[in-house]
Amino acid sequence: MANIRKIARRTFLIGSAAIAGGVAFGVYQLRKDAPNPLVAGAGEAVLTPFVLLNQDGVTVIAPRAEMGQGVQTTLAALVAEEMDVAWADITVLHGPPAQAYYNQALLGIALPFRHYADTDFRHSLRQGIGQIGKLLHLQVTGGSTSMKDGYERMRHAGASAREGLKLAAAVQLGVAASDLRTQDSHVIAPDGTRIAYTALAEAVRDIDLPDVELRPRSEWKYLGKSMPRVDMLAKATGTAQFAGDVQIEGMQFATVRINPKRAGMVSYDDSVARAMDGVTAVIDLGDGIAVLASNTWLAMQAAQAVDIVWQDAAYPAETAGMMAAIAAAFDLEPNSTVRDDGDVTAAIEGTEIVAEYTVPFLAHATMEPMNATALFTGDRLEIWTGNQAPVMTRDKCAAVAGIAPEAVTVHTTLMGGGFGRRAETDYSVQATRIAAALPGTPIRMTWTREEDMRHDFYRPAAMARFRGVVADGAAQLIDGQIAAPSVFQQSSLRQMGQVPPGPDRAHVEGAADQPYGVPNFRITGHLADLAVPVGFWRSVAASFNGFFLDTFIDEMAHAAGTDPLQFRLALAEREHAPSAGVIRAVGEMCGWTGQTPANIGRGVAFCHSFGTATAQVVEVEDTGRGIRINHCWIACDPGIALDPAIIEAQMISGAIYGLSAAMQEEVTFTDGAADQGNFTDYDALRMHTAPRFDVRILETSAHLGGIGEPGTPPAMPALGNALFDLTGVRARELPLIKTFDLIL
Amino acid sequence: MAVSLTINGKVHDVDLPDNVPLLWVLRDAIGLTGTKFGCGVAACGACTVQIDGQAVRSCQVALADVWGEVTTIEGLGQPGNLAVIQQAWIDHQVAQCGYCQSGQIMNAAALLAETPAPTDDDIDAAMQGNLCRCGTYPRIRAAIKDAALRLTEV
Repeated sequence: MANIRKIARRTFLIGSAAIAGGVAFGVYQLRKDAPNPLVAGAGEAVLTPFVLLNQDGVTVIAPRAEMGQGVQTTLAALVAEEMDVAWADITVLHGPPAQAYYNQALLGIALPFRHYADTDFRHSLRQGIGQIGKLLHLQVTGGSTSMKDGYERMRHAGASAREGLKLAAAVQLGVAASDLRTQDSHVIAPDGTRIAYTALAEAVRDIDLPDVELRPRSEWKYLGKSMPRVDMLAKATGTAQFAGDVQIEGMQFATVRINPKRAGMVSYDDSVARAMDGVTAVIDLGDGIAVLASNTWLAMQAAQAVDIVWQDAAYPAETAGMMAAIAAAFDLEPNSTVRDDGDVTAAIEGTEIVAEYTVPFLAHATMEPMNATALFTGDRLEIWTGNQAPVMTRDKCAAVAGIAPEAVTVHTTLMGGGFGRRAETDYSVQATRIAAALPGTPIRMTWTREEDMRHDFYRPAAMARFRGVVADGAAQLIDGQIAAPSVFQQSSLRQMGQVPPGPDRAHVEGAADQPYGVPNFRITGHLADLAVPVGFWRSVAASFNGFFLDTFIDEMAHAAGTDPLQFRLALAEREHAPSAGVIRAVGEMCGWTGQTPANIGRGVAFCHSFGTATAQVVEVEDTGRGIRINHCWIACDPGIALDPAIIEAQMISGAIYGLSAAMQEEVTFTDGAADQGNFTDYDALRMHTAPRFDVRILETSAHLGGIGEPGTPPAMPALGNALFDLTGVRARELPLIKTFDLIL
Repeated sequence: MAVSLTINGKVHDVDLPDNVPLLWVLRDAIGLTGTKFGCGVAACGACTVQIDGQAVRSCQVALADVWGEVTTIEGLGQPGNLAVIQQAWIDHQVAQCGYCQSGQIMNAAALLAETPAPTDDDIDAAMQGNLCRCGTYPRIRAAIKDAALRLTEV
């Protein structure tokens, strides 16, 4: 482990982008197998696993990764709030893989309660269960949990550091620590003497940090305000360092070509590729090949020139066969019946409606294709990889390199988009295998866009069958069945080698857990036996269940002859006040009347996901040259608005991600391979198609909710419902471009 | 056979085959990694740089075809010496993941050079080739308008 610091320094020195941006990673030293993974170097103090102090200032060690969601900024604000660090003095680094950085909020969300109905008892139980995350080394950025996880821990770290600095200063000044105060990175004595934190780095090293009470919200100066993001300057100047920007002397540039049918390789002929310009090696990866060259583009050209015979897929070769496998799951015993209120088998008077919905496989399509930079030296591996799961990444890479996990250094870089894709370890493992084939040679692996699109862990295609009864203008019964391959089971198998027992509750999130007070309400989950690789896609199952349930709610409202917004409001008011609050708020924001001009349509939708109730209204217009989305109003209630500008950005981001998918995104398969390969056939909203947005943040919810994902689920049904309002045509299948003349 | 390029005011001799795209010359040979690879087919705009002030997709310009002086995000402005457009980006807190933003900024700078007071339609037309999966479009639009005001006030 002694080498870590040396390696980190070397990286810093030779990475020109790092120098230009003033961005250093790995300035910390690491301890092995200890609660606090950081070790103080000369002149440094490690104040909890989250705060490092040296002559240069305060470094906050973020337990969660930055993929655009602004998490490093707010995690730093939580520390700075208590520690009284001047905002400009803060540097944020991602922490190394370590138990200290486990995500205690992630497992908590899997408890068998409806999240919106969290009592204080259940809330504390969630936190208690979350401790299991520590045992599993669950250092994961996902599930919109970073703030729930960090809200108290990071503030406690800041408070303890502050008190430790006061104790150190008290010794120097010969006064009682209780007579000292702190402000703008200084300890201040009663006589006005100021000691900079940086000057106390040596003295505070041996102080036992006290645990103190957190400050009340009324005293907050950073939290609750929109802070300048810590990553903004670097991202506006091209100096932000992503995994593919790492530069090491003597580096070779690699790309891969892997079986798009997600199986093995029968044979390959690389004789043409090996003779091409700049090519230095072709490596057999078992399920494909890697090419190394003096330039990434030359490697990509050569990879295309390798003649490969692929094995066939272990799943149906065409989309139709996959959808048939999903539909077949309706006939199987349900895997879960998480919601079963009243009696859906009872004969209930009223108007009955039935509907079947279908949504496609979706790719993540992060702007930055999968990539990683790695150096294997025979007994050690150093890897730079933008990832959402550093411990899992470390362990998987160690296994393929044939070394102990402790011999792997993982640098978790900024991510050019994650959306769940970078919770996987496949690309890091590939880079490791390439590096391991060339000991001593640093390699930078970059996937082509086509490779990225065709080797995703897709948002599963899914189907739903709903039956409902309305009477007296209200919903009396909802009986819904959800069928799709299981993300949770597949990913558990991939990452941990086993499927946890019990029902897959995640499969029905966004439907079974909604705060709609329908007297007879059942949701059953059906798991399709389909081996197409699926994974966590922004908002996971709520991305399809939100569309299914809230489109059906809209259909019921129309069948009942009730205004769709009032219909939802009545259902939510019975169950959960904050949910009713966002539905009411979004109606106020857009001036909802239920009436629109002939060329305008409006749709409302709601979903409570990841702890945050979110309602949206989408307005569409028939321009005569096609239909465009004019406006999207969003009301959300995450409990506490820790950083309003970041929350606003995430709500808009989530909605655009959902609207993009609803409008036009679809992955289909031919001969076992995804048909879509690039943005030419898998596009998203752009400047001219993105609507205007208004966002309102409410703070009535009793507990802190997530913000990265809740904006996505309501966007899809809101758009479909708006198109119904405009055209009278009900879209029960996504993407909507199949049914409507949308302007792209 | 080395090709001589002027990038951000500095001359570089590049020893790569003629058909290697400028993007990969910048990233792998010169070490200017602010310019990003997103699609390789001019469909996303992440690789946008300027050649003689004109915004181009550097993934589509072969080394031998570079017809003028190249400006990348690093040449537009640096921390401590920001271009007006970069300052507007920071003031409006535009970036999320940030991966597409070098290209967005280079494209926006070229737009403002040609159209000092762009309308919403001008912005739609000029910026629609630049994809952002985080959906930062509203703030990009605001930053461009703000930068336009600042540039015309000077």
